[in-house]
Amino acid sequence: MIPELGHFALALAVVIATAQMILPLWGAYRRDARLMASAPALAIGQMIALVTAYGCLIWSAVTDDFSVLNIAENSNSLKPLLYKITGTWGNHEGSILLWCLILAICGASVGVFGRRLPSSLRARVIGVLGFSSCGFLLFALTESNPFARLWPPPVDGRDMNPLLQDPGLAIHPPVLYAGYVGFAIPFAFAVAALLEGRVDAAWGRWVRPWTLAAWCLLTSGIALGSWWAYYELGWGGYWFWDPVENASLLPWLAGTALLHSAIVVEKREALKTWTILLAIGTFSLSLSGTFLVRSGILNSVHSFASDPARGVFILGLLALVIGGSLLLFAFRASKLSAPGLFAPISREGALVLNNILLCSICAVVLTGTTYPLFAELLGSKLSVGPPYFQSTVFPLTVPLFAAMSLGPVLSWKRADLFPALLRLWWAALAAAVVGISAAVGLRHALPAFGFAAAVWLIFGALAELVERIRLFRVPLSNSLGRLAAQPLSVWGSAVAHAGMGVTVAGIAGMSLAVSTIVAVKVGQTVELGGYEWTLLGLHDEAGENYTARVSDIRVTCGGREIGIFHPSRRMFAVQKQTVTDTAIQTNLLRDLYAVLGEERGDTAVLRLHVNPLAPWIWLGALVMAAGGALSLADRRMRIGAPARRRRAATVPA
Amino acid sequence: MTPLQRRAILLAPLGVAAVGGAGFWVLLDRLREGTYDPHGVPSVLIGKPLPSFSLPGQPPGQGFSSADIVASGKPAVVNFFASWCVPCVEEAPTLDALQQQGVPLWGIAYKDKADATARFLDQYGNPYLRVARDEPGRVAIDFGVYGVPETYLVDRAGIVRWRWAGGLSDSVVKQSLAPMLKDLA
Repeated sequence: MIPELGHFALALAVVIATAQMILPLWGAYRRDARLMASAPALAIGQMIALVTAYGCLIWSAVTDDFSVLNIAENSNSLKPLLYKITGTWGNHEGSILLWCLILAICGASVGVFGRRLPSSLRARVIGVLGFSSCGFLLFALTESNPFARLWPPPVDGRDMNPLLQDPGLAIHPPVLYAGYVGFAIPFAFAVAALLEGRVDAAWGRWVRPWTLAAWCLLTSGIALGSWWAYYELGWGGYWFWDPVENASLLPWLAGTALLHSAIVVEKREALKTWTILLAIGTFSLSLSGTFLVRSGILNSVHSFASDPARGVFILGLLALVIGGSLLLFAFRASKLSAPGLFAPISREGALVLNNILLCSICAVVLTGTTYPLFAELLGSKLSVGPPYFQSTVFPLTVPLFAAMSLGPVLSWKRADLFPALLRLWWAALAAAVVGISAAVGLRHALPAFGFAAAVWLIFGALAELVERIRLFRVPLSNSLGRLAAQPLSVWGSAVAHAGMGVTVAGIAGMSLAVSTIVAVKVGQTVELGGYEWTLLGLHDEAGENYTARVSDIRVTCGGREIGIFHPSRRMFAVQKQTVTDTAIQTNLLRDLYAVLGEERGDTAVLRLHVNPLAPWIWLGALVMAAGGALSLADRRMRIGAPARRRRAATVPA
Repeated sequence: MTPLQRRAILLAPLGVAAVGGAGFWVLLDRLREGTYDPHGVPSVLIGKPLPSFSLPGQPPGQGFSSADIVASGKPAVVNFFASWCVPCVEEAPTLDALQQQGVPLWGIAYKDKADATARFLDQYGNPYLRVARDEPGRVAIDFGVYGVPETYLVDRAGIVRWRWAGGLSDSVVKQSLAPMLKDLA
């Protein structure tokens, strides 16, 4: 009964989404205030229907209703409750439903928080969101119905892929999807602006908080995914340039560019056409990335159940959403007014450079990801690996990092490079000192460069604050007063830029990681990275739905005990799959990482890693997301009242 | 910029998206027909004779040449491995099992130092009939090796019949290698 209720709610959502697409758009076209006013209620209604549908799916999973095909294939009565709930989005059908739910939440939040928007713009934004919702809901209902019944029901379910039974991966998809889908809002704003034929500073101000929120979620989602790959897959790496990973990186790069170009639209009314294109491009990359990964076209280590028939539906849908918006762009973008002028050396100039570099990286990664596909079309087989990405992305990050610290200290419209560089002399000096001493100490050029870049980014972010509060140039109390008066968005950008620095330091540290694969007998000791690893013993343990082979490894450093590690292999009986459970111990400066491999007689194969600064990679990403959240908390960002903005404009930029 | 040029620039993103979409469409179609497998990067060697080579042996054993493999008169499995490769450790038990079934395994140590290879064979067992050393990696280039480990199946006449890039597992053996061996036997 409950699954039927969910199925009905899903069908109802399709009907409401259709209304949400037609009524507001028609109303905005005919300037009919009543039709336009229906938009928020429809968006909220669609959300309620989908919350009900999703609740029904969770209910079926929690109550072990194996007559539902999706539950029977992905759940098991022995599975812990947490994974019964999170398992609902761990498979294709459920994740599509979650995707639709988040899209509906986006529409409803525009309805609720967008009360200050001009009514025609709000109606169009919600209408465009309704259009995309409608497409994906139809896909869920016809091609991937999560409520399909199975008769006769099996005695027990087939259980979820053990790799996914992990708290990190339990929260990863909702956060990542919220990031992906969140870019639907800037997309809807872009399409609405094209329909209206008008883009102004106010438009830029409305788009920014939505972009920022989606960006924060996407940043956290990517970090969570990379962290999961690091500790759960047990390969010792954190980024593999796999198509699935690239699919999340591409919208992040485009979204970061969008975040910055929207600032130029808001402050200077320039780059309008470009920003519109970026908003469309970012959401297009989100859509194509996530959906094409599922079509089975791309060769990935992360496997999804792929079905080419679904792929055709998705491709048609993408053609409609992306093609339609780009067609609109081609015909309406020329109506947008001429851009404001600015000198190449200026804040706008730096932001344009940022956009060029981010989009170049995006293009390079996109080329590498899709090249094997297009080579296939032209009749040859090949695969593109990490060496390509490293050798092409790395040179582009050099000017990007240089501009990241320089941009914020430049003034709008026109600036002098020399005084700006002068404000950064101490950041440059610190970076040079760290870079040179690292190069001498480590005898590796790339990590040394990474550390220098990290220091440059962190100190550069600080330099912007120092500059704003005129530290040492006015009395200290005056400076502190200025510090307290800085808007949160200034803090936000400084924190986010510094977060990037932390991540870069982590990546540089990780490139110095050492690892070994050894076969050891019980009692034997191995030395790696200045630590002694002793295999104390091996034993069996029983878990809720698995049995584990656990090893005890004592790690000491110069006689001082660091701890006992318990890396294990878990055998999941239902899925007949073995998963390695990595043991990681961190002191934030380095990770000690141990994996238990196969056993042969009385020897066990161990894989041991010492990863310097590894946690900084994800910590930095969280700092970036926190910077975004800080910026989002800025009052100006939330309300964007013109009167307040005029006052804010007097704060020296 | 003339209005026409401007229009052309504004149309460019649509053009790029259309080309990309059309490409994906064709691939999806091939995927449905089964003529496209994203995971398989087939070797150009399949159906062709073994590239000719002659390699020194891993001391104290003796090396082998392509002629030796053909002269053995039996279907042979040529396995490229290295002590520094993780999947090579993982596939060791599978190779052991193959050896116990009497499948002749010819090992080629790829870009590896002799003492490192010796340690590797000591630790994980030596399932090979003979082990040759390809320290410069030139023979691997002739084979078109994609990465280690990589395994080739050669028939009695010295024609390459099958290739597997990556570590062998029991399921790969059961599904692909064993049936091929049975056909050739």
